[in-house]
Amino acid sequence: MTTAVAVAPAHSRRRTYPLGWWGMVVLIMTEAMIFAGLLGSYFFVRAISPTWPLDHIEPPELARISLFTVVLLGSSVPIFWAESGIRKGNQRRLRIGLLLSFLLGASFMVNLAFEYEELHFGVRDNAYASLYYAITGLHGLHVFVGLLMNLIVQIKAWQGKFSASRHLTVEIFGLYWHFVDVVWIFVFSSLYVSLHIP
Amino acid sequence: MAIVEERPVEEEEVEHELHEVWEDAPGIPGFFATVDHKRIGMRYIYTAFIFFFIAGLQALFIRAQLTVPDAEVVGPEAYNQLFTMHGTTMIFLFNTPVLAGFGNYLLPLQLGTRDMAFPRLNAFSYWVFVLAGIFMYTSYLVGAPPDGGWFAYLPLTDKVNSPGLNLDFWGLGVIFVGISTTVGAINFIVTTFKLRAPGMSINRLPIFVWSILAMAFMVIFAVPAVTLAAALLESDRLFGTAFFDTARGGSSLLYQHLFWFWGHPEVYILFVPAVGMISMMIPVFSRRALSGYVWAAGSLVAIAFISFGVWVHHMFATGLPALAMSFFSAASLVIAIPSGVLFFVWIATMWQGRVRWTTPMLFSFGFLLIFLLGGLTGVMVSIMPFDWQAHDSYFVVAHFHYVLNGAVVFPIFGALYFWLPKMTGRMLSERMGKLSFWMMFVGFNLAFFPMHVLGLFGMPRRVYTYARGLGWETLNVVVTVGSFLFALGTLLTLVAWVQSRTRGAPAGDNPWDADSLEWAVASPTPHYNFRAIPVVNSRHPLWDQEPLPEASSGDEEATRSLGTPGALDRATPITTGLDAAAEETMAIPRETYLPFLLALGLAVFFTGLLVEALVVGVAGVAVATLGLLWWAWRTEADLV
Amino acid sequence: MAVVAAVVLAACGGSSPSALDPKGPAAARIADVWWLMLALAAAVYVAVAVLILMASRRRAEGQDRRLPLGEHTFIWVGGIAVPTIILVVLAVVTVSSTAELTRAEDNPLRIEVEGFKWWWEVRYPEADIVTANEVHVPVGRPVEVELTTADVIHSFWVPELAGKADMVPGQRNVLRVTANEPGEYRGQCAEYCGLQHARMAFLIIADPPQVFDDWVERHQAPPPEPPPGPAADGERIFESSSCAGCHAVRGTSAVGESGPDLSDFGSRRTLGAVTVENNRDNLGVWIADAQAFKPGNLMPPISLEPDELEALIDYLESRR
Repeated sequence: MTTAVAVAPAHSRRRTYPLGWWGMVVLIMTEAMIFAGLLGSYFFVRAISPTWPLDHIEPPELARISLFTVVLLGSSVPIFWAESGIRKGNQRRLRIGLLLSFLLGASFMVNLAFEYEELHFGVRDNAYASLYYAITGLHGLHVFVGLLMNLIVQIKAWQGKFSASRHLTVEIFGLYWHFVDVVWIFVFSSLYVSLHIP
Repeated sequence: MAIVEERPVEEEEVEHELHEVWEDAPGIPGFFATVDHKRIGMRYIYTAFIFFFIAGLQALFIRAQLTVPDAEVVGPEAYNQLFTMHGTTMIFLFNTPVLAGFGNYLLPLQLGTRDMAFPRLNAFSYWVFVLAGIFMYTSYLVGAPPDGGWFAYLPLTDKVNSPGLNLDFWGLGVIFVGISTTVGAINFIVTTFKLRAPGMSINRLPIFVWSILAMAFMVIFAVPAVTLAAALLESDRLFGTAFFDTARGGSSLLYQHLFWFWGHPEVYILFVPAVGMISMMIPVFSRRALSGYVWAAGSLVAIAFISFGVWVHHMFATGLPALAMSFFSAASLVIAIPSGVLFFVWIATMWQGRVRWTTPMLFSFGFLLIFLLGGLTGVMVSIMPFDWQAHDSYFVVAHFHYVLNGAVVFPIFGALYFWLPKMTGRMLSERMGKLSFWMMFVGFNLAFFPMHVLGLFGMPRRVYTYARGLGWETLNVVVTVGSFLFALGTLLTLVAWVQSRTRGAPAGDNPWDADSLEWAVASPTPHYNFRAIPVVNSRHPLWDQEPLPEASSGDEEATRSLGTPGALDRATPITTGLDAAAEETMAIPRETYLPFLLALGLAVFFTGLLVEALVVGVAGVAVATLGLLWWAWRTEADLV
Repeated sequence: MAVVAAVVLAACGGSSPSALDPKGPAAARIADVWWLMLALAAAVYVAVAVLILMASRRRAEGQDRRLPLGEHTFIWVGGIAVPTIILVVLAVVTVSSTAELTRAEDNPLRIEVEGFKWWWEVRYPEADIVTANEVHVPVGRPVEVELTTADVIHSFWVPELAGKADMVPGQRNVLRVTANEPGEYRGQCAEYCGLQHARMAFLIIADPPQVFDDWVERHQAPPPEPPPGPAADGERIFESSSCAGCHAVRGTSAVGESGPDLSDFGSRRTLGAVTVENNRDNLGVWIADAQAFKPGNLMPPISLEPDELEALIDYLESRR
């Protein structure tokens, strides 16, 4: 004979994170390792190279990318703002925040396209070139995927599918977008800034 | 907690309704659409075993060729393909997935929940694994199987030295199957943290769950490295980039670093779940709780950490600075300590209990004697000067077969005899099992022990033949005899499985008088696992909690899915991370084709890359993207 | 039991290029490390195996099942304390033997060895000698072998003399080798390098210093004219046929670089990087169809009239 017992629920004032959120956290860990591996490869090759960049390629120019670094990092702010908005049920803040973030992220992508257009070296030229394209390209791909996710969330937001109590999709997307931004800090300091430190 | 209700009487009606709610659609649709962790888990195991027998056959061809000097059973080309695919298959398509299969089947049951955290992702990772395996083996159909060794070092594997498709099958296949492993690991981690039965706090996790958790974290941090290594290799091959090309400033050693950053943890990714299985079986057959539970769990976690600091011991001969290598030599020594602790945990358990010599216990016993030797030779090869002799010789072949075959395959075979009755509802023949064990054990040692000596006598690895008169002849004959005996032993287990499917004795709920929650349910496990979720207040619920209390559904959102009404809702409770208090409810999705379609899209994408056909690649990406978008829309019900 | 088997086998491995039968200080040091490790490992294996057997033996219901020392101390001592002591000993051994094996010696003989798929070019930069698949060294003098590769990764391994070192693209690794006694020591590629990895061996030939010096001198002297007759015809055939496209012979117009230098071919013991013995019959087969002995190697079949082939063989065997 089995007995059935009543179980007291967890009474915690801390907010709980649903499964999808945890899944995204673990996915981000493993994604972060890919970038760590690529940046590690970059410094490995750099350490064994007589000159860097190889073959007298000019170090990437700093001014414009710094501006767009601010733009990309800035695109996280409207997400925070949108998240805190929808937590209070504010649909307008959610929609505007998402849209603003999308525009900032998209402008970063446009700059990346221009930058590729202007580069004087191709991906096959040498290991530096390959690494440069691989790292910025992989990051760009992540921004692109983030923008796609933003689109989906945004459509849902304009349809009014989120509410103060149900907006997990927004949070999961936000997590991913912040990750993409944080990765850029590492990419920016490794590929750009570190070459201008005497 | 108070006793508030007795189980309702309308048994039949409830059973019928549960059946309606949980049963997959019959036939082909259900086959492709199922998200049931038990069906997926068993499929993982069976599929992996198909690959096991394929790779075993390859090993027998290898041994046939090496039995006598200058043999011509297979030519050099075929031989190089054989050992490449033997290693690749065993690592990527047998060992990793078969353990994922056991994890898939057992984890939700041992945790006391009704499915994995992401059932559809679970199905997805299975389909990716199968399709990746088929992808790699298509290479045989087009006559271009990989031949660069399972590690595919450059520059041997670049486009100049390996112009065919062979290496592309390998590189793209490795990336492909890595997706499966990674997704599976995410699922294991979230399931372990969030889907435990109420009361199963972190210090009451079955040790197998600890091992799966440690494994999953290693996967999360290690697999990206091999994915990256293979991706950069393919990029060099397909697009002409220069990552590993010395002439253009790249480095072939970079590839080795990336590969082994994954490669060494991978050994533990395979070994740790096997240790978890052993640590479940030994206590049951010693009729006693595991001695030093905290020691054992701590050792598994320690191994997971240290495994990331030892990869360079695969590169001692590459000419790195001696000082740097000494660090890795030391770290490789240190990893012997948690293994030592585990040994004494097992010994203490058996010592204080009374051993029952069942087949799973025999395999555990064989594991102990074999792993002891494999561990000791592991210490030897981490001593750098000795490794300069042993590296890439048959000594190393002997060592890692003691670890990866002896210390992983033996536990897996033990686990088959132990857990298949739960999965199929029928016992396997003990007589056949014991016979199988002894043939495997004797064959194994005959096959692999002499290899140590061969290595010390100067026989290098990966040679398709050798000259007469080097003193290697006799031992090679012994090795071949042993390997065929071992193969025969594994076939006996196959026979035992067939027998059990046709006329095995019914297993009953708990044939071994075991302690963990999977033995609380019927065999085979009902679709819903637990009608009502058990309430746990012990590390050994089935030994200490008689009768096992079941939770009732409360009125609150957090406890709604605990009792039978939860099972009728196709839901399962979410609990808090450390102390497993009921927190929320998770809806378990119905069958869906999405995971299969998405995996198929990936397969098309990789095929496109393989044949360098842009259209095919784009089509694959399109299918996969559409699948993802559809998925994202469909999840709206549970997420938004 | 296993240990006894190993020792017995070690004793009868006389004909092997065995790491346990060292003929130089480096291999001897490593063999010492091995025997120490083997002794420790055997002791640990026996001790733990006995514990496993005792723990799992049948015991009557009422019999004492208490652990010696108690559970906690038992695990502590067996799992942590004892292994730590052993590992510390091994760590000290590692550090000291590594230092010894990597220490540079005074006045070494420098030899460059370059790996090709699937043979070895051997150069003596100071004496300006090039040969292949045989490394001549003087007994007792430390040798620094500088290892490079022309294509993929190979690994230079002579178990009786030293551990192995890889030949990595873009890198120059140094292996220190000394031979204590005269003899022929078999070496083999230890890194998988493609189709004929199995047939990429070489010989280290250690001679007394005087004999070695003679060898050097002979190789530095102007090359001998081929004796008139077939051998002289052979030289013309060699220079005018495809041979010269890939092979070089000192003092002739043949300066090919993709195959082994054949200047001292007649004195070599083997063909195809220790694939078969170097004799007239084998050489004839090799020239006509090198693929028969070593499928996949770069040398194409050479079709010659029988008398041309004989002349070519005469010529090659006269290059010493």
